[in-house]
Amino acid sequence: MTAKIYVTLKKGVLDPQGQAVARSLARLGFDEVKEARIGKYIEVKLDGDRASARDRVEKMCKDLLANTVIEEYRYEIVE
Amino acid sequence: MKVAIVRFPGSNCDFDALHVLDEVVAGSRAEFAWHKDVELPACDAVVIPGGFSYGDYLRAGAMAAHSPIMGAVKRFAERGGPVAAICNGFQIACEAGLLDGALARNASLRFECRDVFLCVEGRPTPWTASIPAGRILKLPIAHAEGRFLHDDVGALEREGRVIFRYVDASGAQTEAANPNGSLRAIAGICNRAGNVVGLMPHPERASEAILGSADGRLLFDSLAASLSGRKVRV
Repeated sequence: MTAKIYVTLKKGVLDPQGQAVARSLARLGFDEVKEARIGKYIEVKLDGDRASARDRVEKMCKDLLANTVIEEYRYEIVE
Repeated sequence: MKVAIVRFPGSNCDFDALHVLDEVVAGSRAEFAWHKDVELPACDAVVIPGGFSYGDYLRAGAMAAHSPIMGAVKRFAERGGPVAAICNGFQIACEAGLLDGALARNASLRFECRDVFLCVEGRPTPWTASIPAGRILKLPIAHAEGRFLHDDVGALEREGRVIFRYVDASGAQTEAANPNGSLRAIAGICNRAGNVVGLMPHPERASEAILGSADGRLLFDSLAASLSGRKVRV
């Protein structure tokens, strides 16, 4: 199975990369863009049973994949 | 005194630190510790130097924080051993939980590489106890992820754990003097016990007058003084 993990800056943490991207989109004529936030997408292939996968992925996020001082994470586990 | 300098793949200030702590500071000897080692060499202090450990993969300092040597560094710090975490070392120390807070991408989005001015404040630490509070230091910075963030900065300030702040040459805190958008212009902090200090600027690159500033030397002289039990002002 595969864990699809998304790590993003917490709301309220200034995202200068996202701001730069939003400005570029506006320059390209995408006037409807209000905000852009940049994050990371991590795909992890897993062995083992699905029941324990959530706990393990949760721990991976806390231990390494996200810095929970400034980032938040969410994930989905698919076959 | 004997100082261990921790090296990771991608460290690039390791030799600057070795030079200063082995050849410049009187009475100091230094040697490297490799990231795969599980023990530090016998030493009185540890420096985690700057660079791009593990290529800054995932986040600056994230991988290095979990390398084998960091277990030994944590044990050393828990016993009260003085640790200085400089630039990438500061990022590693935050990721490892030796210090709290985090270092995010510079607000300017630029790699900021220039001299800055710092004001020394806060509780005494081995690295700053001999430096009078309010002293202005001129040190270089060279980083892209130095924007210090903390979820309870008020507590950090109340506990006297803000050790360095970015100021201008006259000592005034201005927006222009803050090179990376750090919260409250914080350039360096210490842990609760005061023995672990992290900072983004590079004292090891400014410890001899020929390099444009010898102010960085004050931290290492302060360490030497505190290890020898001398109460001197440097």
